[in-house]
Amino acid sequence: MSIRHGLLALLERGPMHGYQLRAAFETSVGGTWSLNIGQVYTTLSRLERDELVAALPENEGQRPYAITDGGRAELNRWFATPLERSDRPRDELAIKLALAMTTPGVDVAAVVQGQRTAGMRALQEYTRLKTRTGPDDLSWALVLESMIFQCEAEIRWLDHCETALLRRRPAPAPASATAPAPDREEAHR
Amino acid sequence: MSDAVLEFRDVHRTHGTGPAAVHALRGVTLRVRPGELVAVMGPSGSGKSTLLNLAGGLDLPDGGEALVDGVALDSLSHRRLAAVRRRTAGYVFQDFNLLPSLTAAENVALPLELDGTGVRAARRAAFAALGDLGLGELAGRFPDQMSGGQQQRVAIARALVGDRRLVLADEPTGALDSETGETVLRVLRDRVDAGAAGLLVTHEARHAGWADRVIFLRDGRVVDTSGPLAAAEDLLEHHS
Ligand SMILES: Nc1ncnc2c1ncn2[C@@H]1O[C@H](COP(=O)(O)OP(=O)(O)OP(=O)(O)O)[C@@H](O)[C@H]1O
Ligand SMILES: [Mg+2]
Repeated sequence: MSIRHGLLALLERGPMHGYQLRAAFETSVGGTWSLNIGQVYTTLSRLERDELVAALPENEGQRPYAITDGGRAELNRWFATPLERSDRPRDELAIKLALAMTTPGVDVAAVVQGQRTAGMRALQEYTRLKTRTGPDDLSWALVLESMIFQCEAEIRWLDHCETALLRRRPAPAPASATAPAPDREEAHR
Repeated sequence: MSDAVLEFRDVHRTHGTGPAAVHALRGVTLRVRPGELVAVMGPSGSGKSTLLNLAGGLDLPDGGEALVDGVALDSLSHRRLAAVRRRTAGYVFQDFNLLPSLTAAENVALPLELDGTGVRAARRAAFAALGDLGLGELAGRFPDQMSGGQQQRVAIARALVGDRRLVLADEPTGALDSETGETVLRVLRDRVDAGAAGLLVTHEARHAGWADRVIFLRDGRVVDTSGPLAAAEDLLEHHS
């Protein structure tokens, strides 16, 4: 998502100045994405240049901004258009794993396991946060849910990768077939 | 350490004999303390149900030790083992295991009654447990008059009713949509927060997210553990 549309959505509630926008942004996404004030002002000046917001007269040293009709049209267009998978940043994890597979000497299974443990830990953390949300925190709870579903998908994909890797591994020589896999034993020491 | 409700020490279990033998658990060590919920994940056939059966005293290890409240289960007489199964451990089976000739409330009250609780007190506790799982209205139904997900929740109520110190659940959310599954996890979590020890088998990461620690099983071995530092301390202690 772009900060532009985030700020437009917030301004749709009424005029706000930079610090108010930053605070409102963090409240609505529950602190999962924090903006610095510089990003807020840079974005506001670009929005103003594009006539999507208008600066109002300064008030107590702060300049509030209001959404324009053009801004409102842009916001409606954004809400009405589904995000395409290709609009999102490339999946760094998939790229990392693909590189791990093709780079000699890398223990891909260890990369997968480490990543899955990290994903699980994040999922546990989000779940804990979710149990603390109250009934009026629905927007924050839904953002958390989205991250939980993403973690879940990633963990399933990593499970899938692990199974595929095991299957691909050449069958052990008959003599060692019954010996316990030493690498596996080491993995959790 | 003796403060664990459940402890496995290098537990092995082989099903069957000869060429058909399946080495279902190959040296599992774990510990579950009061107030701790541990999730077990792993592919089908990795030994999850075997592990849970051993924890509940429904099966005994053929190597290593499974201890409940510090007592090795295979050292107990049949009678004492049966008492552990009724009184200490609550078990949610993968296939529910409800008695078809009893109503939901009777199914839930049964373990309490078997254990000497009066019929009325047992029934009251059963209604409360069913209510927590959103099944208050269905207390008088027989299993074949309920949906799969409803039967599953009755099985969970039966495992949680009374004062169990150890709650064992095998895929307790299998037949449930994600919202109902969530209710079940909340109830389980509450019970654990009130002091029980919990072991939860699940293949859904989002449900394992409710646990304090997640163990990954593969081919009868623990390959991975995710959780707070206490888990790492456990491992260190065991390998030093
Ligand atoms: N009574 C039995 N006799 C013979 N083999 C058994 C018996 N019970 C389990 N097994 C085997 O032991 C292994 C572990 O089984 P277990 O039921 O513990 O798996 P699981 O992880 O619970 O799988 P699932 O996710 O499918 O429930 C499997 O290979 C299974 O076929
Ligand atoms: Mg099973």
